[in-house]
Amino acid sequence: MYRDRKEWADLEPVPQDDGPNPVVKIAYSDKFTDVYDYFRALLKNDEKSDRALLLTAEAIELNAANYTVWHYRRVLLQALEKDLREEMRYITAIIEDQPKNYQVWHHRRMVVEWLNDPSEELEFIAEILSQDAKNYHAWQHRQWVIKEYKLWDSELEYVEQLLEEDVRNNSAWNQRHYIISHTTGYSDPAILNREVQYSLKQIKKAPHNESVWNYLKGILQDLGLSSHPGLLEQILELKETHCSPYLLGFLVDIYEDFLENTLEHHEEVLSKALELCELLAREKDTIRREYWSYVGRSLQTKYGSTSNRLIWIHSH
Amino acid sequence: GTQVKDVVIKSDAPSALLLDKHADYIAAYGSKKDDYEYTLSEYLRMSGIYWGLTVMDLMGQLTRMNQQEISDFIKSCQHDCGGVSASIGHDPHVLYTLSAVQILSLYDNVNVLDVDKVVEYVRGLQQEDGSFAGDKWGEIDTRFSFCAVATLALLGRLDAINMDKAVEFVLSCMNFDGGFGCRPGSESHAGQIYCCTGFLSIAGQLHQVNADLLGWWLCERQLPSGGLNGRPEKLPDVCYSWWVLASLKIIGRIHWIDKSKLRSFILACQDEETGGFADRPGDMVDPFHTLFGVAGLSLLGEGQIKDVNPVLCMPEDVLERLGLHPDLLSYSTPLVPAAIVFNRSSSSMS
Repeated sequence: MYRDRKEWADLEPVPQDDGPNPVVKIAYSDKFTDVYDYFRALLKNDEKSDRALLLTAEAIELNAANYTVWHYRRVLLQALEKDLREEMRYITAIIEDQPKNYQVWHHRRMVVEWLNDPSEELEFIAEILSQDAKNYHAWQHRQWVIKEYKLWDSELEYVEQLLEEDVRNNSAWNQRHYIISHTTGYSDPAILNREVQYSLKQIKKAPHNESVWNYLKGILQDLGLSSHPGLLEQILELKETHCSPYLLGFLVDIYEDFLENTLEHHEEVLSKALELCELLAREKDTIRREYWSYVGRSLQTKYGSTSNRLIWIHSH
Repeated sequence: GTQVKDVVIKSDAPSALLLDKHADYIAAYGSKKDDYEYTLSEYLRMSGIYWGLTVMDLMGQLTRMNQQEISDFIKSCQHDCGGVSASIGHDPHVLYTLSAVQILSLYDNVNVLDVDKVVEYVRGLQQEDGSFAGDKWGEIDTRFSFCAVATLALLGRLDAINMDKAVEFVLSCMNFDGGFGCRPGSESHAGQIYCCTGFLSIAGQLHQVNADLLGWWLCERQLPSGGLNGRPEKLPDVCYSWWVLASLKIIGRIHWIDKSKLRSFILACQDEETGGFADRPGDMVDPFHTLFGVAGLSLLGEGQIKDVNPVLCMPEDVLERLGLHPDLLSYSTPLVPAAIVFNRSSSSMS
């Protein structure tokens, strides 16, 4: 305990001031009280010393979400001109232990920036993601490192590896979009088609996968879902063997896009779309029946006239 | 395979709303014997107080809380820079600055703080690209954009920042699926979506949202159990009853959630013995999930709970008093025909 150490005897520990609802001391962990009483004392005296740095490590171990302790540690690191490589080793260990915490990742980013050295990052983040492939903080950090230090080259390969392991990893699909948007872009038809075919391949592996369908719609929506050559046929084929509510919803989207951009076959396409909306509302995706009813009503109202095209305005 | 990540609600899960128990739970929170958790959460105390007071107000029980003690506490948490910290001896941050202003708004007493200094603090957090840092250490996140404008809206000082740039940054965080993440390119996440739609509401820019696309993504959060998750392939959590539901309300598409299934899920998250709500049925309760469970029920139209404002997560009557009416998109019924113009034989007009 700090209160028992003679080299800390010069400091007056500062007990917690809780404001409202005063704390019942009995329930505290003794060690927690001890460490934080001394931390508050250091803050009060604005002490910048090695023992202070050591204490912040103990305080962090007890409560890594306490952002004020992290601030103070950074102030100390700079004031004492500490070895930042050692700090990297330290923060690596902390993150391994508590990877779902804003403060630890922000701290690591600061150290990387101070060192101006990203060389360990991709491997480290991959290690963390291997334990939880959707860790939101880890992905943020990864995107920052890649963009800041232009480490785009092998990322698509990494994303594909993750999707091999879990094709439903939404973070990986998001990363796929991130990488391609920032490198080749999607405007080259060869690239767009590559991505469409890649998505269809993943759909065959796991048809009930929100992420791939959102991705497919996302990359095609600017050009228009009905404009991609052969896509409708491929989807209709998949419908026979790998159907899902997502596929049916995607078909509705294709038909809607078709109706928006073409004049022929309206009745036929509209009736197919309405039939699907009804099927989804009634049977295949009943929890979202309000949504499917809305889509059906919208299509009906917008394209439903058999003999007239109408001008429509929004009702609000 | 077709296995969906979800929970199963047991048949003996709570199905009635136990408001009195929740009020007792919150009123006693912090003075109970089990204080280790309370101590550990000191670094977010200001938000903890906001969660507790807001849920008490929504249940009509605000008077059970100690206004004077809380006001004194807040006053001692404002720093020279104008920002407010989570607790005494902690550093200021925009998260706790917002919570403090929200609490004082409930009490109609914002002048406990030096309001001009709060405004200066928030203004100083805005970056060149329009984004907001959380504090002087520079972490950027759309959460902080929301905190900044919500704080200023409550103080009637939205003119203090560069709103155009702030909007530009938030819009740059809009993703291919219509959702928003914490920074440009970040994965869409319901919590971030709430912050961004709330931001755009306050900024008067909701028309920039693709409401149908985002509404679809949001209603896809609903799982067979009725609960909502925060992004694809994640478990449901009662706090998403707030982040997702409030976002849907803001963009005018709350009807796309199966309300009765969600209500059952939220009620199942109650603890009949201790009061309070947990993240999912059977887990330990806390004030955070208690607020968002109750607020979610309010959005679903629960008669016993006061109306909650979906943008600021505060009772509507408080905002009424302040004259604040952040925009909401309406639930557009499908387009109405204005006139019959052509028949099929003539050329197209689109």
